[in-house]
Order: sequence, then C-alpha cells, then structure tokens
Amino acid sequence: MEPALKIPDKGSPKPELKRRPDGSDPADDPAAPQIKMFAKSLRAWFGPAEALRGITLPIRKNCVTAIIGPSGCGKSTFVRCLNRMHEVVPLARVEGEVYLDAENIYGPSINPIAVRKRIGMVFQKANPFPTMSIRQNVLAGLSLQGLRCRAPEELVENALRKAALWDEVKDILDRSGVSLSGGQQQRLCIARALALEPEVLLMDEPCSALDPIATAKIEDLIHELRESYTVVIVTHNMQQAARVADFTAFFYLGELIEYGKTETIFKTPQDPRTEAYITGRFG
Amino acid sequence: MDSNTPKKQGGSLGESQSNRGASWAEKTFLAICYAALGLPLLLLVVLIVDVVIDGWPRLNWAFLTNYPSRKPEMAGILPALVGSAYLMLLTAAIAIPLGVGAAIYLEEYTRPSRITSLIELNISNLAGVPSIIYGLLGLELFVRAMQWGRSVVAGAATLALLLLPAVIMTAREALRTVPHSLREACYALGADRWQTIWRVVLPMSLPGILTGVILSLARAIGETAPLVMIGALTYVAFLPNSLKSPFTALPIQIFNWVSRPQAGFHTNAAAGIIVLLALMLALNGAAIWLRVRLQRRMDW
Ligand SMILES: Nc1ncnc2c1ncn2[C@@H]1O[C@H](COP(=O)(O)OP(=O)(O)OP(=O)(O)O)[C@@H](O)[C@H]1O
Ligand SMILES: [Mg+2]
Repeated sequence: MEPALKIPDKGSPKPELKRRPDGSDPADDPAAPQIKMFAKSLRAWFGPAEALRGITLPIRKNCVTAIIGPSGCGKSTFVRCLNRMHEVVPLARVEGEVYLDAENIYGPSINPIAVRKRIGMVFQKANPFPTMSIRQNVLAGLSLQGLRCRAPEELVENALRKAALWDEVKDILDRSGVSLSGGQQQRLCIARALALEPEVLLMDEPCSALDPIATAKIEDLIHELRESYTVVIVTHNMQQAARVADFTAFFYLGELIEYGKTETIFKTPQDPRTEAYITGRFG
Repeated sequence: MDSNTPKKQGGSLGESQSNRGASWAEKTFLAICYAALGLPLLLLVVLIVDVVIDGWPRLNWAFLTNYPSRKPEMAGILPALVGSAYLMLLTAAIAIPLGVGAAIYLEEYTRPSRITSLIELNISNLAGVPSIIYGLLGLELFVRAMQWGRSVVAGAATLALLLLPAVIMTAREALRTVPHSLREACYALGADRWQTIWRVVLPMSLPGILTGVILSLARAIGETAPLVMIGALTYVAFLPNSLKSPFTALPIQIFNWVSRPQAGFHTNAAAGIIVLLALMLALNGAAIWLRVRLQRRMDW
C-alpha cells in the first residue's frame, strides 16, 4: 500500500537555523534540547494569496513552543502545515520543507495520513463529531484508524482526565459530543487528540473558549505533556505564552520576526515589532 | 429632521399609521397570497372529499386482498398493491446506491471543473424531463435491449432512472450540510477520505439523504406514464414472484378501472385512489419521522 512514514533513529538533522538579529543562534546552545521538527523556508498560499513567506523554525523535543502574533499573521496556517493539514483546503499550496525527526514530511514518498497519525491537532474552533457520543468521540481516532483498543474504558477516562473534563462528563459518556458547552467541547477535542498519544501535539488557540479555571487546567496539562510529547501552541494570550512555553516565535504578516527562549523574547526582545506586540502597543 | 423618524424606524415591527400606502399594498398582497394558498388547498380538499365519498363504502379487507375480477363488487387490488410494493423496494434498491454514490462522487471527490459543472447542469435538466420520456427510454433499454421483458425489474429500473436526478440533488444538499471543520477533524486524526466519508460525513447527512429518497419514492409510487409505456399489465390474476415476472401497479389499476364504462368500477377506482393516497401520506410521514428521530440522536 502507501509507503508509511519511516521512524528513523538518526537523531536531529543539522540544517542551518535562522539566526536571531543579535547574531546568536539558539542551536549553538549546547544545553538546547533536541530538535523534533524543523520547518525550512516554508511558504504557503491560499490560491494566489501568500500566507507564509518563508518560515524557518525549529520545534524542540519535549518542549512547548508558543506561536504568537497579531490576527491573520499566519499562525494557524503554520501549524496546519506542520501536519499537512494545509493542503486539505481547496487551492491551498505549500512550498519548502518540514522535518519530523530526520524526514521531510513534504517529501515525495510521504503519505500525509501517516504524518497526521504521529502529529495530533486541536483546532481553533471545537469540532467534536455530532453523530458520536462523548465516549465515541474520545475513541474516534482509534476507530477511524481501525485500531483495536484493549481497555477502551481506561483510555477514555485517562484522556478525559488529562483534558480536565472527566469529572464533568463521567456520568454522561453516552450523550452526544455536541451536547456539551463550547469550552467542554474544546476539551473533548483535546482528549480526542490525546487518546492517540501523538508524538507532537499542535494546539491552535485551545483555550480561546475556556474559562480561567479550565484554562489553568489545560495549562497544567501542557506542562505535564511536555514530559512525553512535543507541544506547539498558538495563543493570543501573552501571559499564557509566558507561563507555558519554553520557546516562543513571533509571527508578523506571514514572516517569522523573532524566535528564542520565552524569557528572552519577553524580557529582551530584539525586534521593535516584537516589543510593540508583547507590550500591547501594536498597530 | 423630524425627531420621530428614528423612532418610527426602530418600531418598524409594529403598525405604522403614517405609511398607509405601504400597509394598504401589503394588505392587498397578503390577500392575494392567501387566495393563492387557499384556492389550490380548497380544490384539493374538494377532490379528496369527493373521492372519499365515492370510494369509502367500497373499502374493506376483501378489496385489499382480492384479485381483479370482471364483476366490480368482487374485484380487489391485491396484485396492484403487491406489485407497487415490489416496485418501490426494487426502485429504492437501484436508486439509492446509484444516487448516493453519484452524490458522494460529485461532492467529495471532484474539484470544480468544466466537466463537473456540465454534469451538474445535466442532472438538473434531467430532473425536469417528463416521466413518459423515461418510459420510452426504459422500453428501449430495459425491455428490449436488455431483454428483461415487460417485467417488474424493468419497471423498477425505469422508475429508478426517473428518480435519480432528484435523489442525487437531495443527497448532495445533505452532504453539503456537513461542515468542513468536521472533515478536517477527521483528517487530523489520521483518517483517509474513505473513512471520513463512511464514519463522519454519511452518518451526519443520513437524515437528509433518507428524507430525499423517501419523498422521491412517494412521488414514484404514483407514476403511471412510464409504467404504461414499458407495458405494465392491466389485468393480473397473480402476484409477481420473480424479478422477471409481469406486474401491475396501483396507478395502472386505477387508470384501468376509471376507463371502464360500469359505475361499479369507478367506485373501485375511487377506493384505489384512497389506498394510494394513504400510502403516499404514510411514506411522507415516515420521512418526517425518520428525519426528526435521526436529528434528535444527533443534537439532543
Ligand atoms: N481558507 C482560507 N482561504 C483564503 N485565505 C485564508 C484562508 N484561511 C486563512 N486565510 C488567510 O491567510 C492568512 C493567515 O491566516 P491564519 O488563519 O493563519 O491567521 P492566524 O494567525 O491564525 O489568525 P488568528 O489569530 O485570527 O487565528 C490571513 O491573511 C487569512 O486571510
Ligand atoms: Mg488562527
């Protein structure tokens, strides 16, 4: 059948990294964690409109990378390129390379479905399946991929607990997924992605519909996830980025303006646009 | 300007006295609307009442279970009833897979192009073709070329062709109501297009598809012209027992009785019409029931 994505054990690739404006290179840091994914000169279009204009950015293993930037700057487009979801949109196009471990996921022999099985995603808008119960929603990834699960009840409980939803839904697991509130639906989607145990989890503004309590729970979850997963999170909330992210990338008009340790980006941004954005003086 | 103006606009839901012209025009328009609605309804009620008065006394168990006869008071509609049921089942069995398959292809697999828009144009044109033309096609294609004879399967295939455009169009409409975000959710979970369609898109659009199919069938059960064309029998003293067996159907039987001179047969025709109407109403009711039920399962 289709060639599956190989899982090489060659360690991280050594492509050149975009240097920060001060000339220092995050990759020079010997203590810097391994690179899990690496986008190289990534460009993306919607028809004729260019949404990403050459992004080169590492995603470090077992770290949380936050993507920040004003609305419409291409954050969602970027994370969708990381699991080959961009091409699902009609007339959308991608150029450039994205490495997962040592392999270019835009290589000619790569099956996008195999990529998506390894990289989970939570969308900006909650999208549980209306025809499925809460339980079936959590197990949807497994059943869609035709995988059998030995202890489905355990898996459902674990995933829902991690997504801070278990206590609210443990008695109504057979109700439809869309009978929940918007914030609960988003957490259900997080549980659905976690149930597949992806290597990388992409979260596109996962907390934009959540109250502060659920948000705090999700942030705790992200902290925990870091132990075993690599997380990319898009957020409009500067405090959230500062709280959860190890690394932060600032996008503006489809370009990567600045990338570095979260502390550095927030305390001593190099680019005046970054500074303007994080201090809320933009536009 | 006048300080009343914004107030009047704000309260536009209520009556506005100063604007008598508009309200007069509106009243006239409403009257015409009611007339347009009422007149056909009135005609329909008169027709139904007339038929029921004529046919009701004739309706009994024997009428439903007897074979046709030379004597009007002995004649029944059993072969026509069974023939119609057989015909509908076969029609559904042919039209549903073909129609839903075509709709899935057009909605999920093609990207807009000149060929697909040509196909779409043709489908909507076919929906308007008179049913007797389908009868001619069925006669040539199924009865003669395929040598199925004047059989129930030839009749069902012809009716299925007749229904296909409507089934395709309603199924496409139903598929289109499934939001793109759900397909994306599915792809992001590592599903391919096939799984996405079977596990997410079809279950969600099932109520719409089924409703469309049943409503089309309700229309087909009353179709006479194409069946006359392919040669359904008018006097059948047996039940269809195979795909190739000759058959009759309710509208054919009614048509036959109406054209007899004896008054007794006219009464029979009226009773047959009541049965046909009841069947159509039952099918339409089933469509509504199914839609409500399936939809409730979905959004509680
Ligand atoms: N489906 C689409 N078709 C055409 N253009 C699109 C589409 N989706 C996004 N775009 C365009 O691509 C650019 C980047 O959009 P994107 O959704 O990545 O922004 P974003 O940074 O995620 O914004 P937000 O913070 O509002 O979610 C925008 O200019 C937008 O207009
Ligand atoms: Mg976005």
